Amino acid sequence: MSWLRIAAVLAAIVVLVLAPMGQTTYFVYVLCSWLVFSIAAMGLNLTLGYAGQVSLAQAAFMGIGAYVTSLMTLAGIHWIFAVFASVTSCFAVGLILGYPALRVQHHFLAFVTLAFNALVFLVLRNEEWLTGGSFGLVGMPRPEFLGFKTGTQTQFYYFVLVCFLIATGIMAWIIHSPWGRAFKALRENPIRANSLGLNTRRMTLLAFAIGSAFGGLAGAIQAPLVQFIEPGSFALIHSLKLLLMVVVGGSGFFLGPILGAAIVVLLPELLRFTEGYYLMVYALMVLVLMVFSPTGLFGLGTRFWQRLTRPKQVERGDLKQGASL
Amino acid sequence: MAEFLQIMISGLAAGAVYALAAVGFTLLWQASQAINFAQGEFVMLPAFFVLIGTGYFGLPLWVAILLAIVISILVLGIAFKKLVVEPMLPHGTLPLVIATIALGLLMKESVKEFYSAQGQPFPPLFPQTVFEVFGAAISVQDVCNLLVSLLVILGLQMFLQRSRTGRSMQATAQNPAVAEILGVDVKKMVMYTFIINGFLAAIASILISPFYLAKFSNGETLGLIAFIAAIVGGFNQIRGALVGGLLIGVLDNLAAAYVSAQYRAAVPLILLIVIIMVRPQGLVGTTEGRAV
Repeated sequence: MSWLRIAAVLAAIVVLVLAPMGQTTYFVYVLCSWLVFSIAAMGLNLTLGYAGQVSLAQAAFMGIGAYVTSLMTLAGIHWIFAVFASVTSCFAVGLILGYPALRVQHHFLAFVTLAFNALVFLVLRNEEWLTGGSFGLVGMPRPEFLGFKTGTQTQFYYFVLVCFLIATGIMAWIIHSPWGRAFKALRENPIRANSLGLNTRRMTLLAFAIGSAFGGLAGAIQAPLVQFIEPGSFALIHSLKLLLMVVVGGSGFFLGPILGAAIVVLLPELLRFTEGYYLMVYALMVLVLMVFSPTGLFGLGTRFWQRLTRPKQVERGDLKQGASL
Repeated sequence: MAEFLQIMISGLAAGAVYALAAVGFTLLWQASQAINFAQGEFVMLPAFFVLIGTGYFGLPLWVAILLAIVISILVLGIAFKKLVVEPMLPHGTLPLVIATIALGLLMKESVKEFYSAQGQPFPPLFPQTVFEVFGAAISVQDVCNLLVSLLVILGLQMFLQRSRTGRSMQATAQNPAVAEILGVDVKKMVMYTFIINGFLAAIASILISPFYLAKFSNGETLGLIAFIAAIVGGFNQIRGALVGGLLIGVLDNLAAAYVSAQYRAAVPLILLIVIIMVRPQGLVGTTEGRAV
């Protein structure tokens, strides 16, 4: 890692630490939900951008995480244990779901996850004895760590920020590890990766399960943040929204999902003047972006940057001489 | 027994309409490797073309329906291909998936904002009388829906297998490169596929809206069912989409009657997961040897 990059990371952390100062509670809440969705989108980016598989169940994994955490913390268990349970259960469900789907052909994962998300929604809505049905669960306690309380919105923001930084660190470590390189090899050319002795099926499955576990983590943080969860927050449309975050930001770019989450979470605030037309404006923007830059905003930025910094062609003096002869 | 017969007939009627959407979905996938995530919205929209025709312009129903079919072909067929699919195809499948998701969202929100968020009653095409067979109450509407859908699908099948254009389309679907060498105008054939999809969506929309009411959110369920029908039956066969559609229609009605109304929506989903695990090529599909 170059010094420039370390400086940029430190500067970003300072900005994130200073961000909630002197802001309204609502603004801090929006920041929190941006960080939460960034974690979920980052997980999806591993599946989609690095391993090249379309998953349409990230919201369902957030839901599983959120419900597991809510039920456990409401029963009086500390959040630390609840988050552990949420992440491992999502990892396990990811393995169980991905194994048969990836055994067949690549785009089947998209359909299996699509069906899975719809099923999770139905179960959350219908099993009232456990999940409260469409009334949801209310009043999840905010965690406390050795005297450090997270009751107020600003305190909770710092808690979310710490979780976010840990998650980002783990993700960076995964991507720079041999695993991460294997995932990338898989995306670029699965057949070549296979011929190099990579067990493509196992690597893809692993990427999907780790990506799902990040969804579980995001859900585990979302539960105490909103303190009210209901099945509607984890319906299929939210999985599509998470997919849009990743792709709009730039799938396969490390910071892509974080940028994408910022756009999806903050854009409604910016487009408030359009009132009901927000989703239409947004959908149109995505369509146009996909036509011009299928690699998302980061792809657009990289291309623009390359055009700026590409060395200009210098005319060779001797050629000119030759021409004038 | 009478109840069972009743459930079967209405299940088949609904299933045949699902099959129309599923066939279009399959054709698009074959011709251009495009998975249309807006297929449900494609079936939702034409009903509103009809309602605008009869409501705002006071056209007779049959004129409005003909116009709606033409507009669907232009907008959902030709414009969709030219403006969305064509510029994005070179970039691969994923951007196109995202673009069709965005397109579906755009169509849904537009109808909600510009027409109405409430479900609109849709004029029935066939007499709403009911007759009795072996004690079962069978509605004329159901039988007509079933017949019209089957006729359209059979006609399409005949066109694809008998006519020269149809054969060229199939050749394109199986192997565009070879078809090109053999002198098939591949671009034109792909365009025909999109036109047929627009047409099928319009027919499905007009047949199903009298039951569901015309509503902006209809696409969510319809799209999911079209997907599932296409995969369950077999992604590379029209027959497959038909079998898948009919099967889901019947299972859905049976589940609602005999299992639980709450979990009726789960039946097609579980069917999908089981099929993918046990027989990924679909019930009547064949495995493709196309790789690398």
